[in-house]
Amino acid sequence: MLLEQRARSLAVHAVLVAYSALALGPILLVVMNSFKARNAIFDSPLSPPDSSTFSLIGYAKVFRASHIVVYFENSLIVTMVSMGLVLLFGAMAAWALSEYRFRGSTALGLFLSIGIMVPIRLGSVAILNMMRTLGLNDTLTALILVYIAQGLPMAIFILSEFIQQIPMDLRDAARCDGVPETRIFFEVIAPLLRPAIATVAVFTIVPIWNDLWFPLILTSSDSTHTITLGVQQFLGQYITDWNSVLAALSMAILPVVVIYVIFSRQLIAGLTSGAVK
Amino acid sequence: MAEPVPQVVAQMPKAKLIGLLALFLGPAVVIYSAFSIYPLLATMQLATFTGESGGGVHFVGLANFHTLLTDALWSKPFWNAFKNNMIFFAIHMAVQNPIGIALAGLLSLPGLKLKSFYRTVFFLPTMLSVVIVGFSWNLILSPLWGVAKGALTVVGLGSWFAPWLGLESTALVTLALMSVWQFVGIPMMLIYAALLNIPDELVDAARVDGLGQIRIFFHIKLPLVLPTIGLVSVLTFVGNFNAFDLIYSVKGALAGPNFASDILGTFFYRTFFGNQLQLGNPTMGSAVATVMFFIILAGVCVYLFVVQRRMRRYTF
Repeated sequence: MLLEQRARSLAVHAVLVAYSALALGPILLVVMNSFKARNAIFDSPLSPPDSSTFSLIGYAKVFRASHIVVYFENSLIVTMVSMGLVLLFGAMAAWALSEYRFRGSTALGLFLSIGIMVPIRLGSVAILNMMRTLGLNDTLTALILVYIAQGLPMAIFILSEFIQQIPMDLRDAARCDGVPETRIFFEVIAPLLRPAIATVAVFTIVPIWNDLWFPLILTSSDSTHTITLGVQQFLGQYITDWNSVLAALSMAILPVVVIYVIFSRQLIAGLTSGAVK
Repeated sequence: MAEPVPQVVAQMPKAKLIGLLALFLGPAVVIYSAFSIYPLLATMQLATFTGESGGGVHFVGLANFHTLLTDALWSKPFWNAFKNNMIFFAIHMAVQNPIGIALAGLLSLPGLKLKSFYRTVFFLPTMLSVVIVGFSWNLILSPLWGVAKGALTVVGLGSWFAPWLGLESTALVTLALMSVWQFVGIPMMLIYAALLNIPDELVDAARVDGLGQIRIFFHIKLPLVLPTIGLVSVLTFVGNFNAFDLIYSVKGALAGPNFASDILGTFFYRTFFGNQLQLGNPTMGSAVATVMFFIILAGVCVYLFVVQRRMRRYTF
């Protein structure tokens, strides 16, 4: 019996390890080879860089031939500003929807949740026209506005569920003391939302950071490209220069992986609505 | 769920309540309406117009849709993209979701060690940009680099290798499998969470009755997570009929070879934004977006009215 159990556990781990290799292999392969000289990339793609094959030539080229630093800055600005405003406006709306019940609050809640299922991309033609009319074409502001509209429905949904779990006594006590409503939200409720904020942040940041569609449509100059679009165009242009391509890919992969590994626990807990301990 | 209106709110003067609502709901409602709902409606409206050579537009009713669905110049690429999109979706349903379910089932086995390590690793590709995933696999499958061929040779299947991404017959399937590789983390995670929510008593009772882990999984756990599988399916549907980035990164706007990997997202982009072969056409682009909207809506309705109604959620 014990032996059988051990054999079964071994088989389970064998499957899981094999799938881990499939999930990690391609990423490791790209990152590993980005640190190698051209010959070594082709001669022995599967061996890690050693003292004779180590080379940073690809990275040097990426920095020289592209505005990668600008792209990074743009992505950081767009992602951080959008996320901050999605959190702020989303939390305010979620609070009002769950706290002040009024005629039409259910309808408004439904209206705000359309965006969870219907992709905002389908409105791209009109979005582009609007941005041209508003003079916002080829600006980061255009991207930020679209991303806030895209992130709000999910944020309001998650935060509403969370707000409903906050004990009533807290705000009732504050109200009895005559604290104004705005201060109740910003000083009593907002700090309590911290655990939900991590979840919302991940749901907002990942799609914005990785988005190719809206930068492709709304930005046209190098100074407004985000990292995803910048890398995409760089790769298209230098596709035959393997050192540069691998280096550019690695530079786009590494920050995401580092942030993911740091926050994976919160992220997974959020994704599974806390079912995973 | 008739929650009593908090006393203070009920007693609040009407003007004050309206002021508070405007303050708290205003920013979200304004930005969301202006940059999400309005563009969607404006796009549908624009679909009923056609451009004039002078730059203006005039109303043509449903003529654009008629052209799109019946004029061979438009309908051939449209139905080709639609068919490819269905294949793309079918591959996700047939490969991504079973693998996701299997991985979730293994991860939820009691007493499994290294659980959180596996979870983190399996979800990692999902976090990456589609562009990165597309290019990385492009390099790996490239006959120039020979990594894929080398790997197949090691297991004795070297003769199977072909430049899959370049062949008309295999490009779409290869791209779909790349997408499956990236997004398998989502069904895995959602189903894993649902499996963990199954009460221990149910599983224990089955074990006392002498059922093995495999039979417990298929006869007890799997039926209980069917609602989650329904949810995963509709998410896959919406994602697939909205997909664009992967095909564009790997194959460009023309979705080659010979449009073999063209799906609705790339077709929409070409129509509305233009490319090497044609000028952008905003009104026809709007018509394509409107059709995509109704396809997605149909999928969501099937889920809401058929799938969800049949499968009553097990209430714990």
